[in-house]
Amino acid sequence: MAYPYRHEKEVRLMSDAFGDPAARTLEGWKARGGYQGIARALEIGREAVLADMKASGLRGRGGAGFPTGLKWSFMPKDAKRPHYLLCNADESEPGTFKDREIIRWTPHLLIEGCLVGAYAIGADHCYVYLRGEFFEATQVLAKALEEAYAAGLAGPDVLGSGVKIDVTLHVGAGAYICGEETGLMSSLEGRRGEPRIKPPFPAASGVFGMPTTINNVETLAAAALVARHGGEWYRQWGTEKSPGTKLFCVSGHVKRPGNYELPLGFPLMELVEDVCGGMRNGAALKAVIPGGSSVPIMDAEECASCELCYEGVEAAGSMLGCASVIVMDETADVVKQVRRMADFYAHESCGQCTPCREGTSWAARILRRIEDGRGTEEDLDTLLQISDQMTGTTICVLSDSLAAPVISSIEKFRDDYLALIRRGERVGAA
Amino acid sequence: MPDNGRKPETVALTIDGREVVAPKGASLLQAAAGAGIEVPHYCYHPGLSAPAQCRVCLVEVEGAPKLQPACVTPAQDGQVVRTDGDEAVKMRKGVFEFYLVNHPLDCPICDMSGECKLQDYVFAEGRDHGRAHEPKRVFGRDDFGGDVLYYGDRCVMCTRCVRFMEEVAGDARLTVVERGNRAVIDTFFDEGLEGAAFAGNVVDICPVGALVSKEFLHKARAWDLDHTPSVCAGCSQGCNIELHTRDNLVQRIKPRENQEVNGHWMCDYGRESYEWLNRPGRLAAPLVGRARERGLATDERGLAASERTPAEWPDALDRLRARVEELRGADVRVVASGLWPNEGLAALDALAQAAGTVEQRVFRSPRAQDEEPLPGFPLLIRRRDLAPNVDGAGLLGFERAGDDQGEGGLEAVADHDGVLLVLGDELRDQPEGFGARAALFVYLGTHDSPAAANADFVLPVTTFAEQEGTFVNAQGRVQRFQQALRPPAGARPAWLVLGALAATLGGGRPHARADAAFASLAAAHPAFAGLEYDALGLAGAPLAAAPAGAGTS
Repeated sequence: MAYPYRHEKEVRLMSDAFGDPAARTLEGWKARGGYQGIARALEIGREAVLADMKASGLRGRGGAGFPTGLKWSFMPKDAKRPHYLLCNADESEPGTFKDREIIRWTPHLLIEGCLVGAYAIGADHCYVYLRGEFFEATQVLAKALEEAYAAGLAGPDVLGSGVKIDVTLHVGAGAYICGEETGLMSSLEGRRGEPRIKPPFPAASGVFGMPTTINNVETLAAAALVARHGGEWYRQWGTEKSPGTKLFCVSGHVKRPGNYELPLGFPLMELVEDVCGGMRNGAALKAVIPGGSSVPIMDAEECASCELCYEGVEAAGSMLGCASVIVMDETADVVKQVRRMADFYAHESCGQCTPCREGTSWAARILRRIEDGRGTEEDLDTLLQISDQMTGTTICVLSDSLAAPVISSIEKFRDDYLALIRRGERVGAA
Repeated sequence: MPDNGRKPETVALTIDGREVVAPKGASLLQAAAGAGIEVPHYCYHPGLSAPAQCRVCLVEVEGAPKLQPACVTPAQDGQVVRTDGDEAVKMRKGVFEFYLVNHPLDCPICDMSGECKLQDYVFAEGRDHGRAHEPKRVFGRDDFGGDVLYYGDRCVMCTRCVRFMEEVAGDARLTVVERGNRAVIDTFFDEGLEGAAFAGNVVDICPVGALVSKEFLHKARAWDLDHTPSVCAGCSQGCNIELHTRDNLVQRIKPRENQEVNGHWMCDYGRESYEWLNRPGRLAAPLVGRARERGLATDERGLAASERTPAEWPDALDRLRARVEELRGADVRVVASGLWPNEGLAALDALAQAAGTVEQRVFRSPRAQDEEPLPGFPLLIRRRDLAPNVDGAGLLGFERAGDDQGEGGLEAVADHDGVLLVLGDELRDQPEGFGARAALFVYLGTHDSPAAANADFVLPVTTFAEQEGTFVNAQGRVQRFQQALRPPAGARPAWLVLGALAATLGGGRPHARADAAFASLAAAHPAFAGLEYDALGLAGAPLAAAPAGAGTS
């Protein structure tokens, strides 16, 4: 199966084999240079791998963008207690579909990333926490893992080095909150998937109370490549503060939605107009959500000069997040989109923290009422205040994730709300 | 760090502009509490882990980028904390509004009303008017088994109950099911909390009216209850409690914190064993004269009260003293009870010594088959002895008699022909001929008894709840309780009447107050040496040596 869309401006470090079933097998993957990263890592040693990772400037691809080498260096250097590497494959952010593709098409790249990461932090066990709905991806990864074990790549003696690294797949039960790192740990331990208060941070006391590092699938995939080629190699793409390439999951009103691997710093409008073939039906751009549903929505003006790197999107008033670019044209009903997000977050709130448990569902109900034409202008003030009360007041950032689109949409698309409130008119026909 | 003369194990910080010194390791919430500043909170409870999830205790800490949960943020030297800053107050106002989005506001029919932390906090700091006009989510009511009912709509999801069952009871029978605002507390299996020995504590620690006691349901309003510090009489653990009373009746028992005895907790057995304090049909006046001897018939209950002559206390005591003096030097046998306080038992002993040669001093007390420990607070064990003062009785020279039902073992007493003194044992298992051969049979109790038909003197005494005094628990700790109920008109504390009587017979001095009675017993009984009534306070104090009495075996 050919992968849907490709573009010449892509830099396909991780995604070159997307769509190629041959790359799923160990043999096919090795032919593409697979497992050279772990081999080199074992050769140059733990400290050198860490140094490479710091030199690469690779930042976490799960959304927060924390420097991976620095995160790894937080792990205790002694081996008094077991260390764990967790791979967060619970990809659930609305608009995001990059990790699934990595697992589906290049499972061995992820396994190699797990081995490199585990080796670097002194963990002899890596758990891959897979989203419950990833049926096919899980099967593909499980098959690849069997091959890796059979070939001595994972297990008690990785590549004959005497280093033991087990990789275990764990399938979640379909809860968004289990993609939050401490929620994932709770879930993996067999508890309710509820985030935990930090400190203690995972590197001090993570899963099973042991030092733990948790990385996103794409981060570990990139880490395998950094281990293979070295840190400086990775810096030839991207910006000073955001080195390397990133998978962009583009969805919405563009002609060619899909996954595109681009160097960080790539202009947003070039992604929309060129890489994705422009707006569907030639309509005008109305808004972009650049980093998954939980980041502030950007209007067309903000999009115009936005560069897709961590610092670039921040300068444009939003966040790169996990680079899930949701594009909306002039037919989009922003109120409806925000209401759907609110429904999502209300449904996925774990319910521990009061501002999130009550705030998300309250906001969803107000938004539903506005959408039904029964809103008032005071509702907008209430929504803004609720959102303010939901920001920075909870254990994790789930409620902040709803507050951001609510606040930004009311600030930037107030007229859409007012049209519904004052005249009962929906903006857009979608 | 410069030497500023402070002990190294404390930290000094500023909270709301006040200098506060707190033990190292204390949370901001605890440090504030120590200085008399209450930081509102739900999920935090001093006896449980702190998940920091209610988000009510967020405070401003200088230098922190956002509000910090006071319950898990350690107090540190030099910290500047504001619980009353604009940000913190705004956040609390907001979070209390969130709590009310789905709360039914059914305070008028809620048992917690008046002592509800949601009510208190919202009144103190909440918005004047709610803005939530959307339909509320409705859960309804769930029977959790045991004595516990759950009103999900009132729940603030603090999970104290879940954590109590898991962490303290060691018996994770409660959990949160579902998520978001569909989250609700539930049990795993049909039996729920049925048979869980300490489940009643979840009602105590629920900060709102979500978990309520079936037994107390709609029984009294919180503001009508008087709270009296007391000691549980359910077993020899002596959990510190409050008796909650209204209309001169005990309405419920709540645990009172004592880290040396029961922490914040108590068992359901103790919590439910108070009805005997409310039992009607009390003896109202001293009765003088032996019914059977005069050939009078007993009534259908075997009681002969109507044929005996009520007497005024001074008259009854005069006649009793005269009779004891007539029989001076007689053999004396004494039956007491582990339910009676030390002061009464000591006075009983003093009277027996003054009257003649004490041949036998016994008490009877029911014993359970097993102990019931509380895994998360190992000091607290529901003991085998189901009476509060068996250890005190042992220390005061009384020996255990009878079986584990608290019956039998009185054969030598029943036929005794000398002086027979009974305090607090209702002799329910004893035949009507009990004490028929006694030269003098004095029965002190709260209720008349068929086996008291031969008593020459029936003297009404008060229960422990109607007087003050002390018990000795199984740990060898002497604990004070205060008077919670008004006694029936004719009833007197046993220590008062027996002490007065013993004094007239040359056995010590009469005492007008319980503290004097305690001082007298501490002087007479070496086990109590060095203890002072006032110094016992509300937390009690250990005996110099562990109890050597008939308590736990």
